[in-house]
Amino acid sequence: MRDVAIIGVGMTRCGELWEQSLRDLYVEAALKAIRDAGVDRLDSMVVGCMSSGLFVGQEHLGALMADYLGMCPIPATRVESACASGGVAMRTGFLEVASGASDVVLVGAVEKMTDVGGDEATYALATAADQEWEGFNGVTFPGLYAMMAVAHMARYGTTREQMAAVAVKNHANGARNRARAQFPEPITIESVLNSVQVADPLRILDCSPITDGAAAAILCPADMAAKLGKKRPVRILGLGAGTDTIALHARKSLTELAAVETAARRAYEMAGRKPSDIHVAEVHDCFTIAEILATEAVGFFPKGKGGPAVADGETAIGGRIPVNTSGGLKSKGHPVGATGVAQVVEIVEQLRGESGERQVKGARTGLTQNMGGTGASSVVHILEAM
Amino acid sequence: MSTARAWREYPRRYRYEASVCRKCGKWHFPARLVCDACRGTEFETKRMGRTGKILTWTVIRVPPAPFKDEAPFAVAVVEMDDGPRITTQVADWKEEDLKIGRKVRLEFRRIQADGESGPIHYGYKAVPVA
Repeated sequence: MRDVAIIGVGMTRCGELWEQSLRDLYVEAALKAIRDAGVDRLDSMVVGCMSSGLFVGQEHLGALMADYLGMCPIPATRVESACASGGVAMRTGFLEVASGASDVVLVGAVEKMTDVGGDEATYALATAADQEWEGFNGVTFPGLYAMMAVAHMARYGTTREQMAAVAVKNHANGARNRARAQFPEPITIESVLNSVQVADPLRILDCSPITDGAAAAILCPADMAAKLGKKRPVRILGLGAGTDTIALHARKSLTELAAVETAARRAYEMAGRKPSDIHVAEVHDCFTIAEILATEAVGFFPKGKGGPAVADGETAIGGRIPVNTSGGLKSKGHPVGATGVAQVVEIVEQLRGESGERQVKGARTGLTQNMGGTGASSVVHILEAM
Repeated sequence: MSTARAWREYPRRYRYEASVCRKCGKWHFPARLVCDACRGTEFETKRMGRTGKILTWTVIRVPPAPFKDEAPFAVAVVEMDDGPRITTQVADWKEEDLKIGRKVRLEFRRIQADGESGPIHYGYKAVPVA
């Protein structure tokens, strides 16, 4: 396999972007990444998207995006893994470059979620769970994560306040990412604890929002990065993916994300790095409890210690291992299929030293962790400045 | 939901039919074609016992569209005494019933309907037992 570098990144802002269509969002992010890299050609495109069929009534995104980016006749492939679609798109692009099949690959991911109402969006998102044996009985996505929270609280003593601390931290980070974040307003523990109940014990300020957005990255062989790109390249040092049962109830443990542990272990092995080598990370905080579970699954904290760690500020900017400097899914927003690539955009900029007031000083090695459903699929990347 | 799809699921939703692996003895509910423990492909159909205990739970306050008029309602992951784990609504509950380890029994109940005039879909809900 060839070593692979990221030589350009770009993304749209996140939010309710009434004026932009699915294709507009993808093309905006793609053009930003192409200009950031300074490349004048693409050999191939990957499109990550969870559910354009249900959100917009549009499939066949490979051809659509190649067409509207003016890139026909290059090959373009759409990939899907629920909320991990972006992560799987990165992996697909990586494999295409590493294998030697293509030299310059655009990995773009997009979700347009606000062309449908709340009910329809909730329905589309629920298709990431087991529709026959979970959804049929009325359980929602917040409901499934709420049940993981109840189990984690019972087993480890994780508290409501610790979960709220995730939201408070991520909104504080999002406030330093105003150009992109959907909800860049600082919030307090009290405001989380007093917000509307969604599924006990989760409240609305424990949940990531419905978001439009797109993100993109340009990949090429590492030994061509200096010649092709104009900015400091970032190497994809390690990458891992894994799966687990589609239904939460069938898992060996309700308090652990086995697919994330698998993906992380493979990524660390490939990179030759360990959790303590990571300087900055973006993890999949679709709900506050999810960030706690994810930081434990990627090995930043022992099982059951993710809650105390966030409450103690260990994952804040300036803490031992800053997590979700972008504001995370919670504050920056969660355009579901695009999230995995948006995480890569944040880490690449952190490793280049371009993150402004949310810059983690001296960050050279970063990690992204993206997952689908209640953790039935996950992709972890370890990135390092070249 | 199409009639064929609803009909396909009757053996599980109405009769609790599980598949028991002939190689390793693991109970699967719903039935599978491949055992996820030993990859065996031969099964015996058995009726799963209806009792189990709550492993975790929540109360859904923002419901999905087909359950609009029913919130708040309780949902739990239940471990059946025969081994399979399921996600199910909890019916006829009081606050003290929603706790890990609570014994429940599955009962045949109305789950959802296809709009105002479409077919009604039935299945199981967990009811706390002494």
